[in-house]
Amino acid sequence: MTESTYRIAGATGDWEVVIGLEVHAQVTSQAKLFSGAATAFGAEPNTQVSLVDAAMPGMLPVPNRECIRQAVRTGMAINARINKWSRFDRKNYFYADLPQGYQISQLYHPLVGEGSLAIEADEKAGIAEEKVIGIERIHVEQDAGKLMHDQHPTRSYVDLNRSGVALMEIVSRPDMRSPAEAGAYLRKLRAILRYVGSCDGNMEEGSMRADVNVSVRKPGDEFGTRTETKNVNSVRFVMQAIEYEAQRQVDVLEGGGRIVQETRLFNPDTGTTRSMRSKEDAHDYRYFPDPDLLPLELDDTFLDACRASLPELPDAKRARYEGLGITEYNAAVLTAEVETARWFDALLEAGAKPQQASNWVSSELFGALNRLGKSIEDSPVAPAQAAELLALVADGTISGTISKQVFEIMLETGDAPGKIVEEKGLKQTSDTGTIEAVIAKVLADNGDKVEQYKGGKEALFGFFVGQTMKAMQGKANPQIVNELLKKALG
Amino acid sequence: MRTELTDLTVAEIRDGFRAGDFSAREVAEAFNANVAAAKALNAFIVETPEHALAAADQADKDKAAGTLKPLSGVPIGMKDLFCTNGVQTTAASHMLEGFKPTYESTVSQKLWDAGAGMLGKLNLDQFAMGSSNETSYFGNVISPWRSKNGGNAPLAPGGSSGGSSAAIAARLCPAATGTDTGGSIRQPAAFTGISGIKPTYGRCSRWGIIAFASSLDQAGPMARTVQDCAIMLENMAGFDARDSTSLDLAVPQWEAGLSADLKGKKVGIPREYRVDGLDADVARVWDDGIAWLKDAGAEIVEVSLPHSKYALPAYYIIAPAEASSNLARYDGVRYGLRDLPDGANLQDMYAATRAAGFGPEVKRRIIIGTYVLSAGFYDAYYTQAQKVRTLIARDFATAFESCDVILAPTAPSAAFALGDKTADPLAMYLNDVFAVPASLAGLPAMSVPGGLSKDGLPLGLQIIGPAFDEQSVLNAGLAIEQRAGFTARAEKWW
Repeated sequence: MTESTYRIAGATGDWEVVIGLEVHAQVTSQAKLFSGAATAFGAEPNTQVSLVDAAMPGMLPVPNRECIRQAVRTGMAINARINKWSRFDRKNYFYADLPQGYQISQLYHPLVGEGSLAIEADEKAGIAEEKVIGIERIHVEQDAGKLMHDQHPTRSYVDLNRSGVALMEIVSRPDMRSPAEAGAYLRKLRAILRYVGSCDGNMEEGSMRADVNVSVRKPGDEFGTRTETKNVNSVRFVMQAIEYEAQRQVDVLEGGGRIVQETRLFNPDTGTTRSMRSKEDAHDYRYFPDPDLLPLELDDTFLDACRASLPELPDAKRARYEGLGITEYNAAVLTAEVETARWFDALLEAGAKPQQASNWVSSELFGALNRLGKSIEDSPVAPAQAAELLALVADGTISGTISKQVFEIMLETGDAPGKIVEEKGLKQTSDTGTIEAVIAKVLADNGDKVEQYKGGKEALFGFFVGQTMKAMQGKANPQIVNELLKKALG
Repeated sequence: MRTELTDLTVAEIRDGFRAGDFSAREVAEAFNANVAAAKALNAFIVETPEHALAAADQADKDKAAGTLKPLSGVPIGMKDLFCTNGVQTTAASHMLEGFKPTYESTVSQKLWDAGAGMLGKLNLDQFAMGSSNETSYFGNVISPWRSKNGGNAPLAPGGSSGGSSAAIAARLCPAATGTDTGGSIRQPAAFTGISGIKPTYGRCSRWGIIAFASSLDQAGPMARTVQDCAIMLENMAGFDARDSTSLDLAVPQWEAGLSADLKGKKVGIPREYRVDGLDADVARVWDDGIAWLKDAGAEIVEVSLPHSKYALPAYYIIAPAEASSNLARYDGVRYGLRDLPDGANLQDMYAATRAAGFGPEVKRRIIIGTYVLSAGFYDAYYTQAQKVRTLIARDFATAFESCDVILAPTAPSAAFALGDKTADPLAMYLNDVFAVPASLAGLPAMSVPGGLSKDGLPLGLQIIGPAFDEQSVLNAGLAIEQRAGFTARAEKWW
C-alpha cells in the first residue's frame, strides 16, 4: 500500500497528519434503544418521551431488539467480528440533557469488534490507490436530550425527544493520513450504512456526526498527542476541521509549544476549532456495568438471520457491474448512493443491457434529474419505462437522437415510450428505397459540396449524413444512411 | 367471643370473608381504625383508608357476584418504595416529598388486581438505606415491642422495611410488601416477631419500585405466618417484560405446596456463621431451630460458606456503587424537590437540591459509591467486590450440593434502641452480616420467628434456599413455625 503523500509544510520540514474518526450514527428504528417512545425527527419538543426516557423513579430500560439487529448488520457489513456476548455500561455524569444522570453505553464489551472498510483510489484527491481503514469497534448507546437556550431570556429549556434514541458509535483506527482520506472514509461509511438501512446518514438532521481525532508527526515518528474535535456534522466540515487542526498543531509544535490532549469544538462559520476542555478537566465517568440490564447474548439463529438480511454492498455491487462490462467510472457513480444502485438494478431487472443502460443513466437520466432538481427516487420515469426506451434504441426501432426526444416527452407526460414513438411516428426507417430517394435529392441539391467531397474534402461526409437525417426528421437508420451515402458518393 | 378481625391472618381473613363470617368492609374498617389509632408508631407516611374501603366494597360486590379474587377482602400495607398511581410516593425522602406517580408498580398492580386493598404507604429508611428505620425524612418508625429489661426506650423496628414490620406486628395490617437489598425484609421481620421472604432475584418485577441497588433489590412479602407469606408472594411474583432482569418462569402454587414434613431433606448449618462472640440468645434460638428441623424429619449437615466474611464489605461496595448512579436522576430538573438559589446556575441547582433533598445516610452511600467507581479505585473496589460476589454465589452452589436449605440466624442481635447505633455507621452495617450473603447470591431467603431474647424481644431464624426453590424455604419455615409456638406479641402501649 502506498502511503498518503499529503503533507503540511513547516519550517522544520514536512509533517504528516494522523486521523481517527468516531462516528455517531443514529440507528434507524421506530422506537428508542431502551423505551417504546418514537424517534421521528422534528417533532414538537417533549412529545416523544416515555417514563423511561424522563428517568422517572422506578423506571427500567428494556433493550430494543431492532436496534441491536441493525448494529449487528452494520458490523457484518464492515466484515467485523460480532461479539455474541456483550454488555451495557453506565457512563455517569450530570447534565440537564441527561435525565438518568448516566448514559447507557458499552465501554468494556462492545457489540461489534474489529472490522474495516476500503476507500477507493481517487487520483484527484491524492488517494493513489484503494486503502483499507481499520474499524476498532461499534458499540450501541443512548443519545442525550437537547438544551434550548432561545426560549426564555434567563432560562434554558430541555427537549427530551432525542433522549434515549439509539446510536451506533463507530470507532476507526487512526489509519487516515489526509483530509481527503477522512472524507472518503465518511462517504463510504455513510454509503454502507444506507445500503444496510441501519442509519439514514442524514448529517444535517444529526443522524450522523463525527468526533475527529487529529495528531501530527514527522513521517516515520511515533504518534503525536491528539486532540478530539466533537460533533462535526458534515463531510466538508470534517475535512476543514482536520486541515485547520493539523495546521494549528504544526504551528504550536514549531513555535516550541506542546499539544495538549483536549476536547475541541468546530466552528462551521469560521472553519476553525477552539478548546472546550482539557484532559485535566475531563469527567470521571465512573463506568460500570448497568445492573438493570442482563448481558446481551446473541445466538446463531439471530446472527444468521441478520446475515441473510444484508443487501449486496457497494464493493460487491461495483465489482458485479464492472463484470457486466460497465466502465469503472460508471460503476463507481452508480453504486455511490443506494437509491441510484437500487434504480439501476431495477433497470437491469427490466431487461436493459448493462453498458447501454449505465451510459444512459449517467448521462441522460442524471442530466434530466439535475435539470428538474429531482432525486432518483422521485424520477418521473420509472426503471421499466426506461428499459423499454433503451430496448427501442437497441432493436433499431428508434435512433439514439430520437430517443432523447422520446425521453423528454416521457419526462413531461409520463407516457410509455412505445406509445410516444407510435403516436408521433418516430419510428426509424431502414427502407433502403426511401432513404436512397432522399439521398439522391440531398446530393442533387448540393452539387457544389459533392464536387468538393470528390475533390478530397472528405469531412463533408458528415454534412451529407446530417442533411439526409434532417430531411428524414431523424428517423432514418444512421447505419444504413452511412452505407447508402458511401455507395452514392462512389 | 369473637376474635378481633385485626388479629386474623391473611388466610383467615380470606377464608372467613368467603365463608361469610364478616364482610370485607368490616375488615377494612377495623384495620383503618387501628392505623388511625397508631400514629405513635409512625409506621405510615400516607394513610389511604379510602383505598382500603373501595377495595373492600368491590370485594363485597365480587362475593355477591361470585367473582372473588385470590386476595379479595384483604387489606395490606404498601412500602413507600413502590410507586402508586396518584398516591404520594417518597422513598421516605424529602427529595420526593409530594411526588405522585402517574403509574403503578408491577407488584402493587398485581396485588390490586388480586383484590387486595391499600391501607397506606409504609415508612421506611430513606431510599431503603438503613437497618433501623432511622433515616426516614418522615421520622423514625417506633417498634411496638418494648424490652422487658431496662426502661421503655423506643426500639428499632429494623430496616429498611421498618414501617412494614412495625405495622404488621402492631396489627395495623395483616401483611405488607417489603423490599430486600441486603436484608431489608428479613431483619425487620426478625426484630418484630413476624415472617418475611425475599424470593429469588428476578421473581418479583422491579418495575415501579424506586431503585436502591438494582442488582440486589428484590420485593417480597411480610406477614405473621409462613402461609400468609406464600399467599402474598404468589400474588406479587411473575415475569414482567418491562424488567430485563425479571425471571421468565411460571409462578408456583407455593401455598398449595406447603408441607412441614422434611423427611429426606437435608438442612445445612454454615460453619462460618458461628462467629466468635455470637450473641448467646441468638445461638440458643439457632440451636432450637436445628432441633425443630430435625424433629420435622430433616437431616442436619454442616456446610461451609468460606467467603462469608467478605460478603459485608463486598455488599457495602456494590450497593453504594449502584445507588450512587441510580440516585443521580434526582437532580431537581423534572420532578421532586428543586432548590434554586438566587442566581444559581445548573451546577448550583444540582448541589443545592441534592444537599437539601437527601438525608445523611443517603449522602454517605452516594459518596462511598462515587468513590469506589472512580478512576484509579474501580479495580481495587468494584471489580474485587464483584469477584467476591461470584465466590459467594459459588459457595452457596457448592453447599447446596450437600443440603436442601441452609439454617442461620437472621440478625446478630435482637432489636436495639433507637439511637443506639446511629453514631456508628459500621456497627449499623454489621446488622446485615447474616442477611447479605443470600442477597449477593440472589437466593431466596426468609426469616421466621424463633423465640425471644432474655429481654423478651423476638429473634428470627433465617432459611436460605437454592435459586428458584422458594418452596423448600417456605416449607422449612413452616416446620419451624409449627414447633416454635411463637405466640408472643407486643403489648399495646401506643
